[in-house]
Amino acid sequence: MSAGSLVLKGVTALVGITAVLFVAATPHHGVHVEKESWSFQGFFGKFDKAQLQRGFQVYNEVCAACHSLDLVHYRNLTEIGLTEAQVKEVAAAVTVVDAMPDENGDPVERPGLPSDPFKAPFANEQAARASNNGALPPDLSLIARSRAGAGFGAHEGADYLHGLLTGYQEPPAGFELADGMQYNEGFLGFQIAMPNPLSDGGVTYADGTEATVDQQARDVSAFLTWAGEPNYENRIYTGMKAMLFLIVFTLIAYAVKRRVWAKIH
Amino acid sequence: MAANFKNPVIRWIDHRLPVFSYLHHEANEYPTPKNLSYWWNFGSLAGFMLLVMIVSGIFLAMQYTPHVDHAFNSVERIMRDVNYGWLLRYIHMNGASMFFIVVYIHIFRGLYYGSYKAPRELLWQIGVVILLLMMATAFMGYVLPWGQMSFWGATVITNLFSAIPWVGDSIVTLLWGGFSVDNPTLNRFFSLHYLLPFVILGVVMLHVVALHRFGSNNPIGIDTKGPQDTIPFHPYYTVKDLFGLGVFLIFYAYWVFYAPVTLGDPVNFVPANPLSTPEHIVPEWYFLPFYAILRSIPDKLMGVIAMFAAIAVLFILPWLDRSPVRSGAYRPAFKLFFWMLVFDCAILTICGKHAPDWIWSPFSFSIAPDTGQAGISIISMGQLATTYYFAYFLVILPLLSIFEKTKPVPLSISRPVLGAGGAHASIAQAPQQMEKF
Repeated sequence: MSAGSLVLKGVTALVGITAVLFVAATPHHGVHVEKESWSFQGFFGKFDKAQLQRGFQVYNEVCAACHSLDLVHYRNLTEIGLTEAQVKEVAAAVTVVDAMPDENGDPVERPGLPSDPFKAPFANEQAARASNNGALPPDLSLIARSRAGAGFGAHEGADYLHGLLTGYQEPPAGFELADGMQYNEGFLGFQIAMPNPLSDGGVTYADGTEATVDQQARDVSAFLTWAGEPNYENRIYTGMKAMLFLIVFTLIAYAVKRRVWAKIH
Repeated sequence: MAANFKNPVIRWIDHRLPVFSYLHHEANEYPTPKNLSYWWNFGSLAGFMLLVMIVSGIFLAMQYTPHVDHAFNSVERIMRDVNYGWLLRYIHMNGASMFFIVVYIHIFRGLYYGSYKAPRELLWQIGVVILLLMMATAFMGYVLPWGQMSFWGATVITNLFSAIPWVGDSIVTLLWGGFSVDNPTLNRFFSLHYLLPFVILGVVMLHVVALHRFGSNNPIGIDTKGPQDTIPFHPYYTVKDLFGLGVFLIFYAYWVFYAPVTLGDPVNFVPANPLSTPEHIVPEWYFLPFYAILRSIPDKLMGVIAMFAAIAVLFILPWLDRSPVRSGAYRPAFKLFFWMLVFDCAILTICGKHAPDWIWSPFSFSIAPDTGQAGISIISMGQLATTYYFAYFLVILPLLSIFEKTKPVPLSISRPVLGAGGAHASIAQAPQQMEKF
């Protein structure tokens, strides 16, 4: 009993430790990602709408020159606090080709509508590569989610993007950069084709926030986290209600179980 | 035994079509051992998960487009624009993981308490068939969102069949519906992914029929001897299962609402691209142990055989473990090897997750590329773990059946193993009663 159960407990403990080692030992892209603090972290997290609007401004004025955001529609911008009139204005700033040709079969160009998806900067992949030294700027709709590592929260992707956007540096001595590449400590392999997109004061925030590189990186990372999952807040909020219900349900079920089984010795 | 239904309509129907009598007999008064522990909750939880997957899947299929040009975006449309589409999809994709967690616990429970032994061999084998069908269904379901890991996972796994001599390449062409993973592959996988759950449902019914032939095994592992050992399934186990379901749903809801993509691979948020291979191609976590076994063998064909043998060995398990004592509770040596198997499967999971040439240094909490640090390579670790996996079934269990000195087994569920008075002293020698064929 004693020796056997000791071994048993030892092995059981080993299983538990292995699980911990497994989680602790999961590598993250091979680059070091600094943990930042985000308003949308945790069980009660919420997006900071002012931050999302600033992030949208950074996307619109900087990123959108090369990166599409295909899965987001202009109408979605009401969710980050823009009024319908503002959304119409943003959409109307681009010219799109309507899906429906005119009665002669000729394509119709018109100002964008809230129901349109964000207009892509390039007509196709070839055009995008031709303008970017052969590199393809990825669509940003899911960039935060696809770089989220194996972590437990929406903030993982934001951490990564923030690290990348603030990670531009002079290459260390002896590091050979390929032609047209930049050194970035937040990017796997440290060589990235994207030139440093942000500069201090590169945008002028309407709300008066000082537009440092760090601030812009933070804001656009939050915006892209929202763009990757616009239902994020809804998910967290619904989760809270579901959890409350389930906990009450389970407690009642437990009480009923106790009562029913009281008759069994 | 015939139930006396008060409702005249029910009585009228039941007289002509005895479904209500049948349900009453099989789900209501069905005599169940009174000593089942909470490990016995996982069977009904697995049934619950099957229904959740079927229902959520049917609604997802209403919005999903199985075409290489539209699949990825149709899934994102479900996530963004379909009312509560995100909830449906998170329930379904995490549901696959929950289903496997529940089923793996269910299987390990069976392994520990000897639920595979006579007369429940067929019940066990039908269960293994369900596991195989689940694996096929989960694999094809993972291909449907048509992300990078969907595409490359499908490419790697279907290519395994090319290792089969003579007919391998033809089988792969047949699976693909062409000469690479492409639109026909996606179409047939969608079709089969919709079909197989209903096949599973049918096999689950056989599983339940086989179960109800002799009733549940129990933690003591001896047969029920009479009414004093059993209680009706309803209300005792319905209410116990309901409570278990509540606990399980809290766990499930945590993943759905607070960590919905943690169990998946983030690379699958990148649309499938046949021209760009992801750095690591790894299956979903529930396939990792089998993937590790596959990679442990340098030869492709032998690797594939080993992977399938890891499941096949479960089919013959009832004849490998010949110990007359069912429950692991009375088998001290078996217990140790059993927990080592659990540990071993955890190791295999880790090994399946990481690149084979990486080094695992358990004391520095790292699995990292080889830079000369102390530790063991993932591939060697996987080979050790694979060896133990097969040794457990093919060597240890047969030897234990011969050499293990088991502890005395109680005479019946209602009576303790050794009464304080001398009255029950002789039962220690009473052989375990088991039907042998």
